[in-house]
Amino acid sequence: MMSFISYFINGLSLGSVYAIIALGYTMVYGIAKMLNFAHGDVIMIGGYVVFTVVSTMGLGPVAGILLAVILCTVLGVVIEGVAYRPLRMASPLAVLITAIGVSYLLQNIALLVFGSNPKSFTSVVTVPALKLADGKLTISGETIVTIISCVVIMIGLTTFIKKTRAGQAMLAVSEDKGAAQLMGINVDGTIALTFAIGSALAAIAGALLCSAYPTLTPYTGSMPGIKAFVAAVFGGIGSIPGALIGGLLLGVIENLSKAYISSQLSDAIVFAVLIVVLLVKPTGILGKKINEKV
Amino acid sequence: MEKSTAKKFHIDKTFKTNLITYSIVIAAFIIVQILISAGQVSSLMKGLLVPLCIYSIMAISLNLTVGILGELSLGHAGFMCMGAFASSIFSISMMDSIPSAGVRFFFAILVGAAAAAAAGIVVGIPVLRLRGDYLAIVTLAFGEIIKNVVNVLYLGKDSNGFHFSMKNAMALKMEKSGTIILNGAQGITGTPKNSTFAIGVILTLITLFIVLNLINSRSGRAIMSVRDNRIAAESIGINITKYKLMAFTISASLAGVAGVLYSHNLSSLTATQKNFGYNQSIMILVFVVLGGIGNIRGSMIAAVILTLLPELLRGLNAYRMLIYAIILIVMMIFNWSPKLIDFRKRYFHLNRAKKERV
Repeated sequence: MMSFISYFINGLSLGSVYAIIALGYTMVYGIAKMLNFAHGDVIMIGGYVVFTVVSTMGLGPVAGILLAVILCTVLGVVIEGVAYRPLRMASPLAVLITAIGVSYLLQNIALLVFGSNPKSFTSVVTVPALKLADGKLTISGETIVTIISCVVIMIGLTTFIKKTRAGQAMLAVSEDKGAAQLMGINVDGTIALTFAIGSALAAIAGALLCSAYPTLTPYTGSMPGIKAFVAAVFGGIGSIPGALIGGLLLGVIENLSKAYISSQLSDAIVFAVLIVVLLVKPTGILGKKINEKV
Repeated sequence: MEKSTAKKFHIDKTFKTNLITYSIVIAAFIIVQILISAGQVSSLMKGLLVPLCIYSIMAISLNLTVGILGELSLGHAGFMCMGAFASSIFSISMMDSIPSAGVRFFFAILVGAAAAAAAGIVVGIPVLRLRGDYLAIVTLAFGEIIKNVVNVLYLGKDSNGFHFSMKNAMALKMEKSGTIILNGAQGITGTPKNSTFAIGVILTLITLFIVLNLINSRSGRAIMSVRDNRIAAESIGINITKYKLMAFTISASLAGVAGVLYSHNLSSLTATQKNFGYNQSIMILVFVVLGGIGNIRGSMIAAVILTLLPELLRGLNAYRMLIYAIILIVMMIFNWSPKLIDFRKRYFHLNRAKKERV
């Protein structure tokens, strides 16, 4: 029983990371109607920035995360401006292939700069582990910090979208780009802002992910990135609470199947979940149904 | 009178273009054979000849999905994996029953193609209900699932027949004389090395023949109409699911053939991230994009050039994937950005830009 609870809590922690990443996917998908394949690799870049600042330059973890957030935000805006903006009106296939290209570009730049050897990441978390039930159940500091930061980010983001003008503009653009423009909303600026927020979250997710799983390679981001997209679809793409629910469920499913079914098959199970969700309820748990018009 | 000649000319034109495509392959084969007999081909290059055919077939078959059907498949390497493993298992288990290597390989190719086609149907039925980004991500998921599942399968053969397990080699409960064919993550060892350049070229020609004929047939036009406007195609009575599934299955089975060539070119076969993972699918996609989406000949040539180039320019090997990534981005922006399309139309008077927008 204790082991089940511990797997479950670890699943929640992994799920929180997925949820933070999934937020980036779901916001970008909701507003720009594109799957930003490179999102996972922004996480990896964030991880490397934190690694460089903390391990090589010897500064504190807070400085590392701050710098990673700033650099990833800039990176996200640059990617959007250079690669995606010229293709705003192009076919989805072209945009998707470009996004894959950007993802590959980031991976290979990291490969050239940092090499293919895995770097051992020092955890950015200094919170001590929590021992419960006479030491039978240990919850690591990383787990606590990850879950708390996920909740904080969720609340912060929801408030931002509901209460600020920029947030309302984002909602408007995701509803109808043309109408939003007619209302005087700067559509390009709003999309850039979305990418900026998504990438900043990716940097935080990168630091948390690498603290929990401390090996960092140029490919670290791609799998969690894809799984987070699964989580976003699971919860209903475009919905912020959906990303949270999808992420947590996916993390728990992955960790429990790793523990009780097969560690090699856990990825396959996660993807099977995606396929089942898309077949049974393509709009996800909290998604809105969109009718197609001719 | 004039009308009929015009029509005849049109048929001849497609026929002529196809003939050029076939001739390129045959000419390349003859040139390589001459070079080999003249002793001009290094052993490194000889080792590349079969992979060239494999990647050409993969590129052609992916172009059928991406260019003709208009859906992005990111799990193409999964079908290749399917074909590779099914045919290897067939070849090893039939080693005694069919002594002739030629006949056995022929059947192995059929088995590989059939296995991949079956996977194509199983994957295609759910996947093709989706569209765009969802379809891409689900094909990616299926590709990863195929690769992961293959890594936990165990298959052995003894006098009682086949034994199968998903746990480990011990769970097969085989007699001592039995042999393990598929050993989980360690894969298959001892596949006969039947792939030769000649067979590869023949298979490439067959692939070309199938795809080019499909494109110029009634079914091919139906598939392209689904790509160009799904709703319009549906309203004139085209069975969308049928034609989508058809293109997808043919594409999968051709990838399976490439897998057969792949597995019979190596003595040991394992399913890793590198050969059957998502990266491989992307690499094939780069061939298709560089060669021209929807342009079968182009994707074949791109596959050959991009496979040869990094080997010829060894120094560039570290930058290879970086260059691929930049090619992808630049090609897409250049071909699809509305501003650049206008620019090209204005300054080069190219109507081709319009035509190429598949």
